[in-house]
Amino acid sequence: MRELTTHTDSIAATDAVDLEHRLVETVPGTTRRMTLNMGPQHPSTHGVLRIVLELDGETILSAFPDIGFLHTGIEKECEVKTWQQAVTLTDRVDYLANLSNNLVYALAVEKLIGDIEIPPKAQWTRVMMAELQRLNSHLVWLGTHALDIGAMSVFFYCFREREDILRIFEMFSGQRMMTSYIRIGGLALEPPRGWQQVVGKFINAFPSKVDEYEELLDSNPIWMRRTQGVGITPLEDLLDLGVTGPMIRAAGVKWDIRKDEPYSSYDQFDFDIPTRTENDVYARYRVRLGEMRQSARIIKQALEGMPEGAWQADAPKIVLPEREKMKTQMEALIYHFKIVTEGFRVTAGEVYQAVESPRGEIAYYVVSNGTSRPYRVFMRTPSFGNLQALPALLEGRLLADSIASLGSMDFVLGDTDR
Amino acid sequence: MLPDVLKETAAAVDIDSRFPEAITGGHTERGEPTLFIAPAFIVEVCRFLKTEQRFVRLSSVTAVDWLPSEPRFEVAYNLHSLDRNERLRLKCWVSEAECEIDSVTGVWRAANWYEREVFDMFGIRFRNHPDLRRILMPTDWEGHPLRKDYPVHGYKYTYQNE
Repeated sequence: MRELTTHTDSIAATDAVDLEHRLVETVPGTTRRMTLNMGPQHPSTHGVLRIVLELDGETILSAFPDIGFLHTGIEKECEVKTWQQAVTLTDRVDYLANLSNNLVYALAVEKLIGDIEIPPKAQWTRVMMAELQRLNSHLVWLGTHALDIGAMSVFFYCFREREDILRIFEMFSGQRMMTSYIRIGGLALEPPRGWQQVVGKFINAFPSKVDEYEELLDSNPIWMRRTQGVGITPLEDLLDLGVTGPMIRAAGVKWDIRKDEPYSSYDQFDFDIPTRTENDVYARYRVRLGEMRQSARIIKQALEGMPEGAWQADAPKIVLPEREKMKTQMEALIYHFKIVTEGFRVTAGEVYQAVESPRGEIAYYVVSNGTSRPYRVFMRTPSFGNLQALPALLEGRLLADSIASLGSMDFVLGDTDR
Repeated sequence: MLPDVLKETAAAVDIDSRFPEAITGGHTERGEPTLFIAPAFIVEVCRFLKTEQRFVRLSSVTAVDWLPSEPRFEVAYNLHSLDRNERLRLKCWVSEAECEIDSVTGVWRAANWYEREVFDMFGIRFRNHPDLRRILMPTDWEGHPLRKDYPVHGYKYTYQNE
């Protein structure tokens, strides 16, 4: 660090805010201003997020998030894949919500196709998998958030349960993280034999695990001091800045896309939307723990009432035929050849489909021009929307609180940068 | 001129009565109402929708490149109202020659990053935007990746010299 004589009031205007740490002394012996670069390798930024902080002592005067380090051009790449191939790219948007991304893409394309009916078993399995995914995401969030604040043991408890969920994903799809399990027209594979026992065993034990987390944190004096009254931002600001999901619900808005715009037969499930009114980091923690309990309820209902029947739509032009049919029926062989070589065509038009991901509203704007490849896939990802509120959460607060505030936003940088 | 199919969408009718020249077309496809707005009116229409029609949320701003048609770009605003539980899409055509449109950051602050993204990916400039810089690509990047004439592997590299 070195002393600078020039005083910089704001660093917003400078292009690509320069990297060096500066110490600015306005009047000798009085306030010392410091520009501090947090990230992109800082552990509590949960990925490669860079924040340029301007500090006055320990108070944050301004915060400038700098994103784009993980930009991989997924939207561009979707345009050269066939409709079904692009499913594998949606996995890679958000490594903690890949099934939600699969689901929203499949729903959008199915809405574009129009005359395709997804059988109840596929819809219920989609719901069950998406909810397991929500548990997975919230567990990683809780573990790392607690670790940031200093409660290390919670991390191990959470990852113990997460391992069970990843095993279930592997059992269903053959993959632990990049599952690509939800496809256009249904599922990738038939649910495996004996899945009821595995999911049942996990979900019966899970509520008691949530009790354990609550016991560790709920009335833990350090946890409460670090989270209560921290990160409060007026609801109007949050809405205006495009924040969605648990952060909004912790500010008292009872808005959940699963209830308000039900998709994939969520309307047949019985669950509540946990809300709080305190609007601080602690409230966000309570909301997410409440959501874990509700997800467990949904999974239990899906397990008990899983409909029988087909797990793929009856649409030979879109869904690959069974192996046996392909070997014995000419027509099935032709469809198989067409789907694999060329892909299927989708009616021209556009769809904006939203679902509730663990982090908030995830919406895909899919445009088709009638060919076998997407013309444009825009991904409105919750982390991108939420991260915009970061300066509002940090400015004027203490530097130490920024770790708690950042953790409570629960963003994934892959999701932000796509 | 408000198309007949949108006569049942309350928000569209209200815009039409307030700004008779703003709506240049529209349709309702798959239950999603879309309005084409004359670019000169976009900020006023958005402000009207936010303050008087309770569309408090701007879900996203994005664009579509319709090369080689003219005007080339379509900027899409996806609005959402929590109270009405309704979604509405506004669209503006932007020509390649002008490639500019007014920013709606003054209406919703959420537009800030979305407009930066559109600028970064398509090269459409937003007038009166407070901080119009690239957001996802490096600052010294050349070209706008989501344009249809931009190759998937970029300009710098080809598969041959790998």
